[in-house]
Amino acid sequence: MNHIANSMGMHRAHEPTLPARGTPIIEITDLRKEFGQVIALAGVSLTVRAGEVLCLLGDNGAGKSTLIKTLSGVHAPTTGAFMVDGEPARFRGPRDAQNAGIATVFQDLAMIPLMSITRNFFMGREPTKGMFPFRWVDYTACSTVTHDQMKKIGIDVRDPDQAVGTLSGGERQCVAIARAVYFGARVLILDEPTSALGVAQTSMVLKYISQVRAEGLAVIFITHNVRHAYAVGDAFTVLNRGKTLGTFRKNEIDMEQLQTLMAGGREMQSLSDELGGMV
Amino acid sequence: MSIDTTSGPLPGRSSPESPVSRDERLQTTGFLVRLMRRPELGAIGGLIIVGIFFLFTANSAMFTLNGGLTIMNPSAQLGIMAVAVSLLMIGGEFDLSIGSMVAFAGLVFGIFLLEWHFPLIIAVAATLVVAALVGAINGAVVQATRLPSFIVTLAFFFILRGLSLVGLKIVTGGTTQLRGFTEATADSVFTPLFSGFAFSGLFRRLADLGLIELLPDGTPAAPGIPIAVVWFVFFTALATWCLLKTKVGNWIFASGGDARAARNSGVPVDRVKMGLFILTACSAAFVGILTVMDAGSTDAMRGLQKEFQAVIAAVIGGCLLTGGYGSALGAFFGSIIFGIVSIGLSYTTFDSDWFQVFLGVMLLIAVIFNNHLRRKVTGER
Ligand SMILES: Nc1ncnc2c1ncn2[C@@H]1O[C@H](COP(=O)(O)OP(=O)(O)OP(=O)(O)O)[C@@H](O)[C@H]1O
Ligand SMILES: [Mg+2]
Repeated sequence: MNHIANSMGMHRAHEPTLPARGTPIIEITDLRKEFGQVIALAGVSLTVRAGEVLCLLGDNGAGKSTLIKTLSGVHAPTTGAFMVDGEPARFRGPRDAQNAGIATVFQDLAMIPLMSITRNFFMGREPTKGMFPFRWVDYTACSTVTHDQMKKIGIDVRDPDQAVGTLSGGERQCVAIARAVYFGARVLILDEPTSALGVAQTSMVLKYISQVRAEGLAVIFITHNVRHAYAVGDAFTVLNRGKTLGTFRKNEIDMEQLQTLMAGGREMQSLSDELGGMV
Repeated sequence: MSIDTTSGPLPGRSSPESPVSRDERLQTTGFLVRLMRRPELGAIGGLIIVGIFFLFTANSAMFTLNGGLTIMNPSAQLGIMAVAVSLLMIGGEFDLSIGSMVAFAGLVFGIFLLEWHFPLIIAVAATLVVAALVGAINGAVVQATRLPSFIVTLAFFFILRGLSLVGLKIVTGGTTQLRGFTEATADSVFTPLFSGFAFSGLFRRLADLGLIELLPDGTPAAPGIPIAVVWFVFFTALATWCLLKTKVGNWIFASGGDARAARNSGVPVDRVKMGLFILTACSAAFVGILTVMDAGSTDAMRGLQKEFQAVIAAVIGGCLLTGGYGSALGAFFGSIIFGIVSIGLSYTTFDSDWFQVFLGVMLLIAVIFNNHLRRKVTGER
């Protein structure tokens, strides 16, 4: 796997130890998540495999973000089985998920506007030098990494010390993606990562997803854009009102069917006709 | 200087053949922009303005070595707390109980030292443990109830002050003052750590060389650097290093900037904030011990209004009330401004009660300036 990574110019924080392609890394069965009265997930099952891209699709409020937040250790599931590498997983927080090799780009990006790009990039995963209690972080080296990683995604950061609050929405999204790719050791989760991106950056992110898959990582990719999903996905899980409408391999479904499913099976055709076939 | 393997090496840096790639636009970040980005800029500006004001109005005795050290002692007593408060404020929390903690720690220290006859160093350690416990209670209540720390610590502001009054009356049999610390600590080898002057040998030698004026009795006019000042400088350096150079420093900024984002990025926010509450309480207790050792007695009214003064010093030093931004070095300068104004007025012909007016005006200017600065730094619209 190593030579692939290098030939593609991917540098990461850790050399991943990955299982064979197709091996399930995350498996959930009948997962439920309730927030008081609100049932956000009403029994979802899916399998995330090494070297595959699983696209998570569905309308607004379908429960996609809730699902990946559960996988990332933000929420604890109300009921249901959650296995990582075939072992039951109990994440007490996002840090546990990170330690299990899961890196996530959250929909709200989890960035601190007042902090510099570099400090945001390494937040929670600062590399240290020296011996306890004199451990310190080499921020100059960190800035170099940040700058290089941002350049790879197609953003030329003027100054890694500038506050994230001064970045544009798309630039901010790129920092979050570059960060997750850099630290994603085994599983990369992307919650609508391209929603604010320009054409060049979007194709860069899609290329990233292919590269990461080629390295053998598992990817969960949430998007509202069927074309993007179909371009990189190996399997598609469609969520609707907290339930799965099914999981399909790429050869089992075409783009149009997928689109219809994503809209909750509603009559997309009529809507599309009304708008002159533009949807 | 080995790279810690648990956190992973930085690829692309370890090998010499990968040159440090730099954006050509990087160099254009001029000195002025970098300076503007420093949160302590306002405090340094304030210090210069205040300095100039007293240069024209105050008696020249203020600008002698002795005058300077007279200013630095109260600055240090406030500043040790203000530095801890600045870390806590950057972490997004407040502690209004530290003024009362100064008095409470004095009582606890007195009980350990004078009633239970602990050796000095044990009494100090035990007092700090008690303070840490109170800080932990503050933190635990804030985290369990999710109430603003402002209101929770306001409760402890009253609780600790009340306990100090009641406790002192019980211990002394009716008064609110406890004496006898000087005698009890006279023969401890650790006493010089908490009272008196440091570098007195050096000052003696400087006096012999004619660099320091001599008093009529032949002793140097400045006997040395007050020990509180040494601690103040040490804690400021430590806090600044922590904030700017360590992992925990980054976690403090992140926790105060946006607790949820920080948590989702793997920062142990609750542990960070708990640590900061404990640190702040301990800093107040430490100041309590220093002032008790300095005066030889403790009083239930010690540390009155110190919580507000520490917050003001931190804010003058560039801390935002909303958290996530600030500097320990700024709080250092903020505290010195405080010392200059509170002591300096007595070197002028002005009434010393102008102090409070001065304070309020400084605070207002600092807050407005910081707010403006933050918008500039973050591009907030
Ligand atoms: N913390 C919470 N408390 C209460 N309800 C919540 C919470 N988080 C999510 N929900 C509810 O759960 C449902 C699913 O939300 P979720 O954010 O997972 O949707 P989504 O599929 O990501 O939608 P979108 O495409 O708009 O991002 C929504 O109805 C939402 O109101
Ligand atoms: Mg969502």
